[in-house]
Amino acid sequence: MANNQNMNVMQARDIQKISTGQKIGQFLVKAGTYLFLCIMALIVLFPFYWMIISSLKTLAEYRQAVPTFWPKQLMFENYATAFDTASLGTLFMNTLYVGVVSTLLSLVITVLSAFAFARLEFKGKNLLFGALMATMMLPGEMFTITNYITVTSLMEPWQMDIGGNIIEFAPMDIWGALIIPFLVSIFYIYLLRQNFMQIPNELYLAAKVDGTSDLKYLWKVMIPLSMPTLISITILKMMGAWNSYIWPNLITKSHKEYQLITNGLRNAFSDTSGQVNFPVQMAAVAIVSAPLFMVFLFLRKYIMSGVSRSGIKG
Amino acid sequence: MVDSKQHWKAWLYLAPAIVLLLIFTVWPIFNTVAMAFQNGYRSLGSIAQVEYSWGVENFQKVIEYSDFKICLQNTILLCVTTVPISTILALLIAVALNSIKPLQKILQTIFFLPYVTNSIAIGMVFAAMFNIVGLKPEGVPDTWGIINNVVMFFGGEPINWMNPGSSYVANMAVMIIYIVWNALPFKILILLGGLQSINKQYYDAAKVDGTPRRRVFTKITVPLLSPMLAYVIITGFIGGFKEYSSIIGIFGDKMGPADDAGRLNTMVGYIYSSMADSRQGLASAAALILFGIILVVTTINNQVIKKRVHY
Repeated sequence: MANNQNMNVMQARDIQKISTGQKIGQFLVKAGTYLFLCIMALIVLFPFYWMIISSLKTLAEYRQAVPTFWPKQLMFENYATAFDTASLGTLFMNTLYVGVVSTLLSLVITVLSAFAFARLEFKGKNLLFGALMATMMLPGEMFTITNYITVTSLMEPWQMDIGGNIIEFAPMDIWGALIIPFLVSIFYIYLLRQNFMQIPNELYLAAKVDGTSDLKYLWKVMIPLSMPTLISITILKMMGAWNSYIWPNLITKSHKEYQLITNGLRNAFSDTSGQVNFPVQMAAVAIVSAPLFMVFLFLRKYIMSGVSRSGIKG
Repeated sequence: MVDSKQHWKAWLYLAPAIVLLLIFTVWPIFNTVAMAFQNGYRSLGSIAQVEYSWGVENFQKVIEYSDFKICLQNTILLCVTTVPISTILALLIAVALNSIKPLQKILQTIFFLPYVTNSIAIGMVFAAMFNIVGLKPEGVPDTWGIINNVVMFFGGEPINWMNPGSSYVANMAVMIIYIVWNALPFKILILLGGLQSINKQYYDAAKVDGTPRRRVFTKITVPLLSPMLAYVIITGFIGGFKEYSSIIGIFGDKMGPADDAGRLNTMVGYIYSSMADSRQGLASAAALILFGIILVVTTINNQVIKKRVHY
């Protein structure tokens, strides 16, 4: 108690000691800090601003030697043109389909695996978990090379002789090729397992005594308690589908009608020689970016917490 | 009794994950390594029952191949420039953000915005900003592009950043600017989180002692932030060695200006182009080399960090 009072006296004396010179210095530092932050913020925001105003200009205005910082005439038609040029409607539906199906399946697999790792006891559990975690160190390209071979061979029709009738079928279609190889994410299993392990074991044992089945316990207790993590996983997975480029580009090379949004966007405007209709291109980019901003606006908390734990883009 | 029942139940829950992991994670590890060590391996040949001899020919070919040297050089250059620049900028921004109260939340949101973008889509915006429209060999183009307008506003000469005839240095500058812009949000998020968890007592103590601001930064902030800095630098290097889609975003899949395609290709780009030529042996060897480099760089980073980081 006496100590505390001493501290207070010391602080009071310190405050008195601050001279006007120091005050001015502090003010300058504050002003400098705000100036620095505002300049950086402007640099960060500028591409978004440029994207939006460019998308609303006429081509003639865009090509003016002296740039305008607000369009003279708002060309909302650019958005309609962009939508048609890049057939964004089809791309949007494709991406939505891949995103939703892969997110749902991935959530089921992740929840079941995380439950097994967090709650159940079985031989080799720690060994298996450690081995899975170790594979996260390997660069994804190592998997892609073989997976592309695997997937293309699974998309070849197989012939089966069933009682004299030769049936042709392919074990995997293009949707499968786009979705299945990325269904299991060890990182998400890890994330959810950590969350599940925080739920006291007593709850599980009490549920067992009451005769609750594992699945019911999972559904009624563990999933509701881990909602924030599950939402983070969902958002990151959906954003992953929206932003994926390399794998869908490989798979849809000869099946353009299955392209996802990023491939379609880049390929529709691949001409960099300078004769591009930039306003239309910027309109297409704005359309593709808009859903991401909406998600960010409404679910910022989940994205930021998910990202700070993962460090993975998508 | 309960134990053995839990056994099979656990494996049942894990079954979907394990089946998929066996096909798409475990098998690729073995197969990619095997392909890398079969001289001149092509999957088409392997379907036709061609036998490949074992050896390290793929690795030799990859290393001797002149395009690969370009890819390696580009990748390393981008890494050693963007990681320090973005880390220092992110540190300054995070420290500045942490020191203010009004506007902190809104500025924090603004600085996070680039993260929730499609790196290819926004790459196209950067390309538009750097692009010179209507470039002619002689005379003035239609528009120099907004970046050159800014350069000229400050009295500089316009630069051909990425159009045909542009220099390698100019191309690299565009890539560095874009990658740094793209890398900032994640780093700021992690560093700001770290700053906010530093105990305020250290700063109070420094204030009582009248420690100058710079000394507070180097003796308190940086050491206490070092685990986060280490994390950000290591993930930065790993990401940097895998740079690919940012270049696609700006230059398209030509990976360079129109008159010099492939000039900005990277390690990952090399792996995918060998794959597209169905030279899986070369692609696998290059992927293993990439893994080796990442492993070495991470180990070196860890060694340096062990000496410097104060947990």
